[in-house]
Amino acid sequence: MNRSIPYLILLVAVIWLGSLWLPKKTKTNDFDVSTFSRLPVLTGGRIKPLDTVARNSLLIMSRKQSLKLASGESMSASRWLAELWFNPLVADTYPTFYVANQEVLGMFGWPQADKRYCTFAELQPKLQKIDEEGSAAADKNAKSRSPFEVAIFDLRSSLLLYQQLKLSIHLDGTENFSKEIETYATTLTAAATKLSQSQTPPDKDQTAFLRSAAARYEQQANATNILAVAPPAGGKEADWRSTGAALMRLNSAEAIPASLAAFADLSDAFRAQDTATFSRVAKEYSGWFSIAHPEWTGKTHFEQLFNQVEPFKQGMVLYIGAFLLACSSWLVCPRGLRKTALLLLVLAFAVHSFGMFSRMYLQSRPPVTNLYSSAIVVGWGATIIAMVLEYLFRYGIGTAGAGVVGFVTLLIAHNLGSNGDTLEMQVAVLDSNLWLATHVVVITLGYSAMLLAGVLAIVYVILGLATTKLTRELAHVLTSMVYGVLCFATLFSFVGTVLGGIWADQSWGRFWGWDPKENGALLIVLWCALILHARWGGMIRQRGLMAMTICGNAITAFSWFGVNMLGIGLHTYGFMSKAFPWLMAFIILQAVLALLTRLPASRWLSFRNAERRVLTAAGFRPLA
Amino acid sequence: MKTILRRLLVPIASLRLTVVCLATALVLVLAGTLAQVNINPVEAQQQYFQSWFIWWSAGGGGFKMPVFPGGHFVGAVLLFNLIAAHIHRFSWSWSKAGIQLTHLGLIVMLAGGLATDLFSVSSHMYLRQGETKNYSDDDIRTELAVTEQTSGATNRVIAIPGEVLSACGTTSHEALPFKIVVKGFYPNADLQMVGQENGPSVPAASNGAGAQIGIKALPTFSEMNKRNKTSAVVELLSNKGEKSLGTWLVSVEIDQGQDFEVDGRHWSMALRFARYYKDYSLSLISFTHETYPGTEIAKGFSSIITLADVKHNENRQVKIYMNHPLRYLGDTYYQSGYQSDNSTILQVVRNPSYQAPYISCVIVSLGLLMQFTYHLVGFARRANAAKAL
Repeated sequence: MNRSIPYLILLVAVIWLGSLWLPKKTKTNDFDVSTFSRLPVLTGGRIKPLDTVARNSLLIMSRKQSLKLASGESMSASRWLAELWFNPLVADTYPTFYVANQEVLGMFGWPQADKRYCTFAELQPKLQKIDEEGSAAADKNAKSRSPFEVAIFDLRSSLLLYQQLKLSIHLDGTENFSKEIETYATTLTAAATKLSQSQTPPDKDQTAFLRSAAARYEQQANATNILAVAPPAGGKEADWRSTGAALMRLNSAEAIPASLAAFADLSDAFRAQDTATFSRVAKEYSGWFSIAHPEWTGKTHFEQLFNQVEPFKQGMVLYIGAFLLACSSWLVCPRGLRKTALLLLVLAFAVHSFGMFSRMYLQSRPPVTNLYSSAIVVGWGATIIAMVLEYLFRYGIGTAGAGVVGFVTLLIAHNLGSNGDTLEMQVAVLDSNLWLATHVVVITLGYSAMLLAGVLAIVYVILGLATTKLTRELAHVLTSMVYGVLCFATLFSFVGTVLGGIWADQSWGRFWGWDPKENGALLIVLWCALILHARWGGMIRQRGLMAMTICGNAITAFSWFGVNMLGIGLHTYGFMSKAFPWLMAFIILQAVLALLTRLPASRWLSFRNAERRVLTAAGFRPLA
Repeated sequence: MKTILRRLLVPIASLRLTVVCLATALVLVLAGTLAQVNINPVEAQQQYFQSWFIWWSAGGGGFKMPVFPGGHFVGAVLLFNLIAAHIHRFSWSWSKAGIQLTHLGLIVMLAGGLATDLFSVSSHMYLRQGETKNYSDDDIRTELAVTEQTSGATNRVIAIPGEVLSACGTTSHEALPFKIVVKGFYPNADLQMVGQENGPSVPAASNGAGAQIGIKALPTFSEMNKRNKTSAVVELLSNKGEKSLGTWLVSVEIDQGQDFEVDGRHWSMALRFARYYKDYSLSLISFTHETYPGTEIAKGFSSIITLADVKHNENRQVKIYMNHPLRYLGDTYYQSGYQSDNSTILQVVRNPSYQAPYISCVIVSLGLLMQFTYHLVGFARRANAAKAL
């Protein structure tokens, strides 16, 4: 293999990544959705671009971040949001709702098995039925819901979200919102002037109009949790209002807030298919906001870019690429492929790090704040350790291990992220950057090391049992790796657990309370201590070490996810019943792999003819 | 002598014992965690971790047998094993220093944990806005406070512990001109006005608040965030001629003391949670509960308190909030909760060994770091040497 080929492959990957950073161009005669997607609103306790609101909502309803229309065309989340807000009757005909449960489809009288995406218009006649069944499911304990109940409950939640989201700017059926606001403001001023100048109350028509308008605005304000109206320059986060609340606070002395006017114009222009006005208003409002609130603009724009680049998705592709290349390097072209794999791994790590640090910047928080971000950091930490291993022993094993752990953890994160905003606010007790940065990060790195050690042990078992590649030398190297990584796991898990105790002492007045999550962490520490002592005492050797390390995977998974599924204790921040079968499958798989190590040496392909093949496995000879 | 000691030490210090203990601890922790799905955490903690054995009773009958060592047992064996190994194998060398340090730290931690179990006392202080208190309330233990109402500045209080009341006997005290006979003691009870719909029909007592209130026994809670409504019905007997003065219902639910008169002296009586008096007082200036804008997500709870201590000439304002407790003269005050009337609930912990985990953490981390760095350096050296070949 030519020496420059690995670098050429890297270059191609870099160019591919770079292309994702370019802003999406808007066709001249189309709505400027790109600018629209960067407009800020405050919801869920923080200011975010509409792009995030759109993507997260769509993710909950359709499990995807973009919409596939019946025509086969793809529609961006922000464009869909504009349609939903400003032209809801059209949005109602888009296939937005993911329904895969046969029983639910059967209940609607839709027997076709391939029906997965439904429109609101299709579901509308069935709303009452869905609400009845969904409420019944909601009354049940999350753990005891049947698949049908889970599906109908999810569908009901999606529909509620959809209907709530529809009312973010104005109520259904609003025709000319700018005009309406203007009339409301002038009537209000006229009534106020009349009252202050001649001490006479406004006439009946005026009163009736103002009352009915105020009632509608109040209804909108109560229905939505999107605060779209930014305060004037210098305002604080607490001064953001929903459009309804802003209208109710309107008084004759003040001008109509810029955000309110802008959203009204956007709404009218969109309905009128006036692309030029829509694009101009979006740009003007975006310009106004960046001047009035430079402190919030940077993050909002960056967040939109972060959404667009989807670094974790790219990371997944690169990790799996690195893994496959590293494995191939054991069969053909060892040097070149190993090098390419390592380069791809470094690139994957760079993209992964960009994603992680972006989240830290957006949240102004240490990297781990919820279960989703813990998955991201587990993969990140494992990759660092694996890269060190690859530097020490150039066998491609570190790269392959990192590829697997990186890919799997990002996949887990991807699935955990389907419940909405992953950059959520922290509840009071977690609101401590010091402890989030120390305890949580350290314990998460402990998971990284445990899982990496486990993967390396699995590599040992598979290579030894199913191939002839596990030479005595390689077996020794793998043992050193596993042992070294386990030592790190012990250090991180122990320190992390104790720091957690100290945090608990700071916030609850007890160092240790036998809470499930605390116990989970303790299990890892005990297991590490057990392995290390058993090894020091000569009670286990190479294969015993591997078996116990593989079991460590199961214990880590239990501690990381399992205890959350028990649905008890103080750390139940991430309950997910859907993942339970996956966890069980994972644990059983680890048990099987650990048991395989007990097979006699004669059943291990690598050990059977060990004497004959000492050091002939070319793929594993270290680089000179 | 030395050899006998050594012979004794060897099996206790054995690595095999360590491994067995660790494995047992692992099973215990796992079982104790899973048990929390069915029983409440406090019960699970008592059954699995704060016990010498885990007991199994056949069919709920009186027959019990130990089926597995409990937390105290495993902890104690591990501690002995650790100390014995330390004595037995101690030798000073750089290659072992990390391991020695790690295990020393673990001894500190286990011993600290034991001390916490034995000596730490947790109580709560409930403060309304503007209220000043120089005591905190125990979470479970109660006492019957009998106060003579004199015109002086201070009143003498005789406190009879709830444990004494629960025996349902007769209590007398030299300072009291009457005896107290406990007619009924309710660790947890439901109090309701007599004559309400579905309410009780018979009043619990003849005098005081109890003349309008009926009582029904309830099972006790053991959750941390629920308080039992401990109550009792007491009869007072005059010391002169053992004449009954009537019966009273006392309960932690009845805030005010109930007044009565014996031989021209005025008394007041109340059942309350046992108090821990301090040499200083705390007053609540304000309690705030913040949420993130546009959401119901709690951003923070905080209490602004005035700490006044005449003895130490201390008078300052303190803010107690999540993760920022107030530590003062061995007591630690944590923001624990609040009540709907914006009164704050502070948890008060007196734990003389609270620093043990901090010290232990530093020692063990240092030890592990030393050990692993030592290994890693050797490891890298060997790897480089191998590469050079």
